[in-house]
Amino acid sequence: MTPPDAPSTAPRTWKKPPFIANPLLRYGLILVAVVYLVWAFGSLPFNWARISEGLPRAARIFSGGFPPNLERYELLITGFKESFQIAILATLMGVLLSIPFAVMAARNIAPMPIYVIGRAVIIVSRSFHPVIVAILFVAAVGFGPLAGILTLTLYSIGFVGKLLAEEIEEINWGQVEAMKAAGAGYVAILFYAVFPQILPRQVGLSMYQLDSNLRASAVVGIVGAGGIGGTLMNAFGRYDYDFAFAILLIIIAVILLSEGVSGWVRKKIW
Amino acid sequence: MLEITNLVKRYGHDEAVLKGLDLKVEGNSVVSIVGASGAGKSTMLRCINRLVEPTSGSIKLNGNELVNLKGAELRRARRKIGMVFQGFNLLDRLTVMENVLAGRLGYVNLYQAISRRYPQADIERAFVLMERVGIAHYANKRADELSGGERQRVGVVRALMQEPDVLLADEPTASLDPRTSEQIMILLQSLASELSLPVLINIHNVAQAKTYTERIVGLRHGKMIFDGLPADFNKDALDAIYGGIEAPDDAITDTPVEERSHDSA
Repeated sequence: MTPPDAPSTAPRTWKKPPFIANPLLRYGLILVAVVYLVWAFGSLPFNWARISEGLPRAARIFSGGFPPNLERYELLITGFKESFQIAILATLMGVLLSIPFAVMAARNIAPMPIYVIGRAVIIVSRSFHPVIVAILFVAAVGFGPLAGILTLTLYSIGFVGKLLAEEIEEINWGQVEAMKAAGAGYVAILFYAVFPQILPRQVGLSMYQLDSNLRASAVVGIVGAGGIGGTLMNAFGRYDYDFAFAILLIIIAVILLSEGVSGWVRKKIW
Repeated sequence: MLEITNLVKRYGHDEAVLKGLDLKVEGNSVVSIVGASGAGKSTMLRCINRLVEPTSGSIKLNGNELVNLKGAELRRARRKIGMVFQGFNLLDRLTVMENVLAGRLGYVNLYQAISRRYPQADIERAFVLMERVGIAHYANKRADELSGGERQRVGVVRALMQEPDVLLADEPTASLDPRTSEQIMILLQSLASELSLPVLINIHNVAQAKTYTERIVGLRHGKMIFDGLPADFNKDALDAIYGGIEAPDDAITDTPVEERSHDSA
């Protein structure tokens, strides 16, 4: 046994241990990645001639977009009004509906068959991107904001429901026990011991979902589900690039603003 | 009167936690239950209000069998059994008054519960009890803003709101500082006689058990090995209940620290 403070002959060095300990595996993985990248770039049909033709076209679109033109602001306002209506209605309905599904999908308070149904609803509403759901709803209920509202409601149920269910699974169980011991029924326990505990999270998620829905409402508008997305699509279709750029800038401004507001509210409510 | 006969509780296929327990508590006596961690104190208390399902045996409160109750009948039985918890288990984000009124949830209907429209008599009772323990001025404060002692008072008042026939206290003072825990013990003791209510207290602090209760029950490995007056609870009884606990503690402190650091060099 050497004493810990013995003078050593050589200077001691230290290196961070590699992330993957086995050198064979480490260099093997790097080699596989490099080979794959070379093969992928080599086999994809990049048509360099067309790309070089496209560059000036892109430059023309961008220069056509400057300066952005707000002359037809009425269209912009109508589009945004619709987007806001879609986003707010969808958030309200989605958040309200997500509560029962979250309760159903929380393992600690739902019996097994109910749990399976709750999880299934949440998984289905989360499996498709809003754009795909919007295409389905546009086909089902026609062009316009209704399709957008339904799409984003479903999207909100999936997202908020899942996170809320996880929040319910992590509540302080002692409060539930105390209510049980007082002889409270199931629903009374939910309202006294469960909902107050998930309330801050619920408000935070709702605010987050509102600005997420605002963003998504612009996207689903492109496939015909109403809102500013439709206005943007039309502007591009008419080669109205300066107006389209104005719309894009305003979208960025609105998203920034809504993020700021929702962040502020979430901080206040905690 | 609370009467437990041959109570057995086994979790899964493990060794039973409670091995045929018999206990009878009458009148307004304050009984403390002592025992090492894992002796089954908490399990026994929780079997009484069925937060834990007993494996077999019988528990009767004023002649009514509790073990086979289900659904609404179980809820009706539970409201006659008040419980105070070690971690208080208050509804942290709700007001003190809401916490106290939650003790009436077994009596009011769902609309009254959700809209907080409790009967006048309940509100009156809440104020009387809160004044009795000195927390009435906190009625509209959030429960998590109170200190530990105040929070446990809320817990006690909530349990008493149930108009219970028996009060269970699962280590009610273990999360409190020594002074505050004495105050809570005095409070439980005097409330028991004021409301002529039998009280069962799980407790680790043997000195407090001897001072503030009139009967001590000692558990070890799921069996009752002491049942008597605090005056009879002597060193032998203490050793029998906690026996073999001190020895490992001593062994750890005896190990010289220097030797261990040399081994790793």
